[in-house]
Amino acid sequence: MPQRPRRVSLLTILAITATSLVGCSTPGAAEDGDVDLTMAIWSANEDHLALFDAIADDYLADHDEVDSITFETITNQDYIAGLTTRMAGGNVPDLAWIPEANAPEFIESGVLADLTDTFTDTEGYDVEDLLPSATALWEKGGDLYAYPFSNSPFALYVNRDILEAAGQPDVGALVGTDDYTWDTIADIAAAVTASTGDTGLVIPSFSPTTWDNLTPLWASWGASPWTEDAASCTFTDPEMTDFLSWFQAQTARGAVSAVTTAAQNPVFATGDVAFSVAQLSASGALDDTFGWDFLPLPAGPKGEQGVIGQAGIGVVAKSAHVDAATDFLAYFTNAANSEKLATYFPPSRESLLNVSTLSAAAPKLSEEQIQSAIIDVVPDAIVKSSSPVYSKVTSLVSSALDPVWSGGDVGDATAAVCAVAQPVLGR
Amino acid sequence: MSSAVRTRAATRPIRRHLDRGDRWIRLAFVAPQVIGVLALGVVPFVAVIWYSLNEWTPLTGSFDFVGIDNYTRLFGDQRFFNSLRSSFLFGVGIVVLNLVLALCLALLLNNRLRGISTFRAFFFSPVVVSIIAWSIVWNFLLAPEGGVNGTLAMFGIDGTGWLTDPATALGSVVVIQVFKGVGMNMVLFLAALQGVPGEIKEAARLDGAGPVRLFFAVTLPMISPTVLLAGILTTIGSLEVFAPIQLLTKGGPADTTLVLPYFLYQTAFQQQEFGYASAIGVVLFIIILGLTMAQWMSRKKWVNDEN
Repeated sequence: MPQRPRRVSLLTILAITATSLVGCSTPGAAEDGDVDLTMAIWSANEDHLALFDAIADDYLADHDEVDSITFETITNQDYIAGLTTRMAGGNVPDLAWIPEANAPEFIESGVLADLTDTFTDTEGYDVEDLLPSATALWEKGGDLYAYPFSNSPFALYVNRDILEAAGQPDVGALVGTDDYTWDTIADIAAAVTASTGDTGLVIPSFSPTTWDNLTPLWASWGASPWTEDAASCTFTDPEMTDFLSWFQAQTARGAVSAVTTAAQNPVFATGDVAFSVAQLSASGALDDTFGWDFLPLPAGPKGEQGVIGQAGIGVVAKSAHVDAATDFLAYFTNAANSEKLATYFPPSRESLLNVSTLSAAAPKLSEEQIQSAIIDVVPDAIVKSSSPVYSKVTSLVSSALDPVWSGGDVGDATAAVCAVAQPVLGR
Repeated sequence: MSSAVRTRAATRPIRRHLDRGDRWIRLAFVAPQVIGVLALGVVPFVAVIWYSLNEWTPLTGSFDFVGIDNYTRLFGDQRFFNSLRSSFLFGVGIVVLNLVLALCLALLLNNRLRGISTFRAFFFSPVVVSIIAWSIVWNFLLAPEGGVNGTLAMFGIDGTGWLTDPATALGSVVVIQVFKGVGMNMVLFLAALQGVPGEIKEAARLDGAGPVRLFFAVTLPMISPTVLLAGILTTIGSLEVFAPIQLLTKGGPADTTLVLPYFLYQTAFQQQEFGYASAIGVVLFIIILGLTMAQWMSRKKWVNDEN
């Protein structure tokens, strides 16, 4: 008799364990007909999320087949690492933001679903309105695999007060003249650092591990890390070695802030930085505590070259709800919602690329600044170099390029970069 | 003897009852622990070995058996040997500096001096500080325009970018880690020192042993089991280091701080080569296991009471 309770206990334990295991193995399993969409994003900005939720709520009101739409921020420092790890674990989001450098990698490997038919067939979507220069990176064989929802040009932020205090000329007056060059900016930055102790030129997103965030500068040298087809390393080309030598010299004389791996770069919004290369959204952090300007990127040896930072939204092909996710994406990025998204993300629709729309996105910028630094720049701007093997090659480049940042020989370092990068690029 | 017999006799009915009874009840008690070890230790370990024999790219979803190709590639990969060298230098630096400094501090704190408890708290406090906060503070201190260089400048010395200069980065991280962890070994050694019987030391003194002889002939042998424990724990910890590397140098500059765990992380989560990264993990496990076994097996030669 005393054994019965024990047997019951054992059965109970087994039942609980089995139930737990079954429960663990099918997280969030939906019943037939129910669709719960998730979109992986890297922004944790509450205003961004509130706007996304508002658009999603409008969509849900008219689509009974979709139960919920969740925007999941992947807070991993390295978004792509977080996203791919999540996918490797079988937890596949239905939609995902993709940074531009990884675009070919995701498209070539078949991660993203083809959006062309849905976008073309969706009434009022107006695919023709999308700027070809913006969609080029996200296409393969004429088909579109992600919507370039953020199309934000880099510009030069200038602290006018610091320049005035240092007795330097008004840089805004130089725009459009032959003197508006990186050399001029570097000379002024060095003079500012020497006279006031403030930081000269900062590229906020640049660090040795994010080496390609120097694109807004080296683009006007005509430099790029690899050929357009991403098959051959071009770090040893004169354009790149000339740029890196110039950058190294500017760092050495204090015109450019010192390169650090983990320490945060000086912040323009503090008012202690003369120049900063950043995107439109950085203007949101500025106020009237100091006078500042927003100018197009200066010219390098090869002239002026606009550079855009892009991000796309794609539908993950392995999603259980590809059709529903694609349909939602067509709604999320239609002309009306793109105008709402333009509050934070400069649009890739030609009809929205105007002063009135972008003024809403960056109310602190004047119409003239928007026209000269954004609207005039976007059509001919380039995006950061990308590659189908970007994830594999970037840390190799980063490692081999490190000596440049600490004053090492540029020729040796770039030769070392190509020695490690070329075998990967050439695969 | 009679007591033992009585005890055995007294427990016999209980044991018989348990023998006769359901073994399942005992298994149920140990099951959570066994399941936990199996699910969170053994299964992942076996899985990593299996993954290391495959080429697994999560982005494409490809998972192809390649045999020992990942290991062949690993032993032909210069970055692996760079990271092995970095791990070796890091491990030696941490173990030697940490143990020597901890022992010196423990010997100092073992004296009854005024304010010694404050001194003790000062050195132990980094142990309870978050590694994130610790790394951030040191990151600012060692930045090119940070506190250390600012202090050096007061004496007319030009400092370097301690974490960005290939010549100083690894040493800087070693020092940061030693200051972070020395308090733990210090406490272990202090407890061991306080357990050394005073009469033995007194006898040695009466036999004419000076302070140095007393330390090497009496104190050190008496605390050698603790030295062994601290040595094993510090060695394992130094070879598994990840957080300070991620927070301070990200393996750079020029791979000088690319220790094996960070090389594994880069390969798996940045380069998305899970199979190759698993091979690195298996090799790292073998290295740690080998070093731990070597320390353990050598204990009979130098650890007191192990003969």
